[in-house]
Amino acid sequence: MIYARGLVKRFGEFTAVDGIDLEVAPGEAFGFLGPNGAGKSSTMRMIGCVSRPTAGELRILDMDPVREGPAIRGRLGVCPQTDNLDPDLTVFENLTTYARYFGIPRPEARRRAAELLEFVQLTEKSGSTVDPLSGGMKRRLSIARAMINEPDLVLLDEPTTGLDPQARHLLWERLFRLKQRGVTLVLTTHYMDEAEQLCDRLVVMDAGKIVAEGSPRHLIETHSTREVVELRFGDEPPAAYVEKLAGIGQRLDPLPDRLLLYSDDGDGAVDEVHRRGFTPSSVLVRRATLEDVFLILTGRTLVD
Amino acid sequence: MVTTYAVTQALRGGIVSPARVGAVINRNVGALRSGPAYWMVLFSGFFEPVLYLLSIGIGVGALVGDLTLKDGQVITYAAFVAPAMLAVSAMSGALAETTFNFFFKFKYVKTYDAMLATPLRPAEIAAGELLWAMIRGSLYTGAFLIVMVAMGLTSAGWALLAFPATWLVGLAFGAVGMAASTYIRGWQDFDLISAGQFAMFLFSGTFSPVQDYPPAVEVLIAVTPLYHAVELIRGITTGSLGWAMLGHVLYLIVMMALGLYVASRRLTTVLCR
Ligand SMILES: Nc1ncnc2c1ncn2[C@@H]1O[C@H](COP(=O)(O)OP(=O)(O)OP(=O)(O)O)[C@@H](O)[C@H]1O
Ligand SMILES: [Mg+2]
Repeated sequence: MIYARGLVKRFGEFTAVDGIDLEVAPGEAFGFLGPNGAGKSSTMRMIGCVSRPTAGELRILDMDPVREGPAIRGRLGVCPQTDNLDPDLTVFENLTTYARYFGIPRPEARRRAAELLEFVQLTEKSGSTVDPLSGGMKRRLSIARAMINEPDLVLLDEPTTGLDPQARHLLWERLFRLKQRGVTLVLTTHYMDEAEQLCDRLVVMDAGKIVAEGSPRHLIETHSTREVVELRFGDEPPAAYVEKLAGIGQRLDPLPDRLLLYSDDGDGAVDEVHRRGFTPSSVLVRRATLEDVFLILTGRTLVD
Repeated sequence: MVTTYAVTQALRGGIVSPARVGAVINRNVGALRSGPAYWMVLFSGFFEPVLYLLSIGIGVGALVGDLTLKDGQVITYAAFVAPAMLAVSAMSGALAETTFNFFFKFKYVKTYDAMLATPLRPAEIAAGELLWAMIRGSLYTGAFLIVMVAMGLTSAGWALLAFPATWLVGLAFGAVGMAASTYIRGWQDFDLISAGQFAMFLFSGTFSPVQDYPPAVEVLIAVTPLYHAVELIRGITTGSLGWAMLGHVLYLIVMMALGLYVASRRLTTVLCR
């Protein structure tokens, strides 16, 4: 579906994507996880055959994005990071008009539009214009629009950013159904829970580079310990405890508000902290997540 | 001829697909149907030239009396001003679409970003928007021609020939306006475009024959585009055809081609970064 080698995107002097390698197989749900400015959207726009790679090799659906752009785009569904729905058209017309760009005949466009509005639960809003819709509704409409040409490959740039938990879960459920139908999904996200929920495989991007790759489980197992202890102290900043607790667990990461202690045996580590005579104001032992992987790999948190 | 050649070449080279250009026009038809505000704009666009015709053509005409054209034909002042108003209405109809509306879609509502994620190509978007602008302009000019025939300012036969000439005027100005809009930084730049439009409106042989100006000014006017549009259309509606009109047609075709080329290029460089 997607094949990239040494893919680079520069804007003037600035390198947004710095030589990445990718391979996405049919039916896969593939994710880009990374903080702001990591180069996720820039990569997505190259895959979407809108932006030309500065260097490197890129093939989409076994075609060349530069020479065969229109043919490739005809088989892609793109949901951009910021909605660009048409404010002059109704919800229904947003879909039928878009269908015409793909050369879909009018009656077929209407049939698909009705079906997709049903799928994203916007049938009642069919005759409304776009402006009064809530953020979540607009997002769902964008996703419906991306499906209008029955694409083989769907690109979703931060599909759920800015949505409330309920709207996010509804979207996840819809995306999961697409995946079950065998549609290849490529998405970007800042949210590790989203990546864990939806992605079979993902890459962690930071400053234009891929810093890790694998399934969510695999990433956690290779880069983090099984458990993480979150310690909060009332008296001194977490950084002050790094030295005092040195040697406990595999790794210590001070954050502004808490200290993360990586250990395969969380409870054992907590006992050791107490044995050294320290009494944290709060202790939480939890399973490691992608967030931890990210912190370990880049030294930064995902959501800032 | 040149247009036909350019269009066939573009089609054969696979640069533009008629179906995709049609899809862009279809979007605007949909927008027209869904937005009542749009109809208001269309309406005012029709009345403006009619009001000028009535106030200046008839009103001032009563003071000025008849005019003698280069070929010796004597016409009323209203018949002299009317084709100029027709050309202006073709120009402003198309420009309204390719400057204001185009800029809004280009910069703010990101209509073209959405389109570029589909098989549409920049050249197809530019061509679709331009044809739509021309169609919008032709709503004005069609109605205005009916007014002219009803007022006896031209014959029905010449009006039928003048109509496609107004399309060409719309295409030429629309294309250049679109190209300019891709360079516009903000709304304040529109004042520049309006000022230019108004200056042309006053001094392109609209209200008085250019021969009445000093030679240097006459030359200056002869290089500006509205002059060519006015001369072409006046030649047709007054029934005094001449070889010079081919030059006007050529001028307008070159304008259209250049405008379209620059606009498509700019769509690519700005939106496909
Ligand atoms: N058109 C552009 N011109 C110049 N710089 C750009 C352009 N687009 C992106 N960049 C820069 O490239 C870098 C990567 O941007 P990109 O949008 O790909 O990041 P991202 O991972 O999608 O971030 P976010 O999570 O904020 O969406 C940023 O530093 C951005 O400023
Ligand atoms: Mg982004």
